[in-house]
Amino acid sequence: MNDFTYHAPTSLDEALAALRGAEGAKLIAGGHSLLPVMKLNLAAPSDLVSLAGVPGLADISDDGDSVTVGAMCTHAQVAGSATVQGRIPALAAMADGIGDAQVRNAGTIGGSVAHNDPAADYPAACVALGATIVTDRREIGADDFFQGMFMTPLAGDEVVTAVRFPVPSRAAYAKFANPASKYAVAGVMVADGPDGVRVAVTGASGDGVFRVGEMEAALAGSFSADAVAGISVSSDGMLSDTAAGADYRAHLVTVMAKRAVEACG
Amino acid sequence: MPTVTMTVNGMERSGNVEDRTLLVDFLREHLGLTGTHVGCDTSQCGACVVHVNGTSVKSCTCLAAQADGAEVTTIEGLANGTELHPMQEAFREHHGLQCGFCTPGMVMSAVDLANRNPDPSEHEVREWLEGNLCRCTGYHNIVEAVRAGAQAMGGGS
Repeated sequence: MNDFTYHAPTSLDEALAALRGAEGAKLIAGGHSLLPVMKLNLAAPSDLVSLAGVPGLADISDDGDSVTVGAMCTHAQVAGSATVQGRIPALAAMADGIGDAQVRNAGTIGGSVAHNDPAADYPAACVALGATIVTDRREIGADDFFQGMFMTPLAGDEVVTAVRFPVPSRAAYAKFANPASKYAVAGVMVADGPDGVRVAVTGASGDGVFRVGEMEAALAGSFSADAVAGISVSSDGMLSDTAAGADYRAHLVTVMAKRAVEACG
Repeated sequence: MPTVTMTVNGMERSGNVEDRTLLVDFLREHLGLTGTHVGCDTSQCGACVVHVNGTSVKSCTCLAAQADGAEVTTIEGLANGTELHPMQEAFREHHGLQCGFCTPGMVMSAVDLANRNPDPSEHEVREWLEGNLCRCTGYHNIVEAVRAGAQAMGGGS
């Protein structure tokens, strides 16, 4: 890992100033996405700006028809939150299935969405639930936020501060996990929310999270596992690695979609 | 080089380290606390688990700078002199190890579980140990040890 200059600001303004002060500066939250890629020299920031000391970024609030999760909330906090468990249990369950206990103790929702790993779980939850990514300067809908592998519309000096999830009437997430890393080989979140039924897939495609319109239409007509059982996605563009080939991943998408619908009850 | 200061096993410790220094390297190379191991270096195996402010984390995926000012507990900080911590004693009693490489991380992870859940079921122990890999034992005795250790720490019957 190349060396860098570490900054520990104690306010959002200080963090923004540090980000703007060096061309190669990156934010670090829990570091569980960023440090692994830095170890591989896939990223070599000149400066790391920690958000750990910035107050007000780790709150979870029930706003009535939505739940807002602060960007610095760890996966363990989201999984263990009575608010999230009560209002969007599928989101709490999804967070409880990320990585392992120690990963969940350190990794954050803000870091996960900003990194946009194509096998991360949160992108599927954000897209299926129709979440809004809140930054220091604007709000971005999930459909516009996840723009392909590791790609988001975030500016270099932009800070994700929270993610706002509309409360669905029902939702569930089903994942076929890599046995070592627990990253999604294929993960499907199905949500019946204010914008209708949405089906979002992570882990399978090289372009990152995507929606399956045909499944959404079928579930809008009949919300049952049988409705999606006959719908398959193309293996074109699917990831292929030692965990699963492209054809298998495409197959898993349908299987996980069925399981998610069944889990919606 | 920048200075980091943290309370490690109850004692304030400082060191001048590069900003890129990982917490596990600070503990091992600068403080000589080699009980914390590096296995995979990719936050999967759990050999490097320590507690930071009472919560178990993988110290190979944490910068020393991120733990600046924190309370850190390593495997060396569990025993009371020559008296083993109840979780360590349970690992010995139930033979929850063979080669021992994963054991420090296993014990630190297990203590965090027991602090949260004083009487974990076998299933809960196995779920919790997802991030601690053992290549020797097949986990059976480890699970027995963790359950016994949790009870010895003051859990239910």
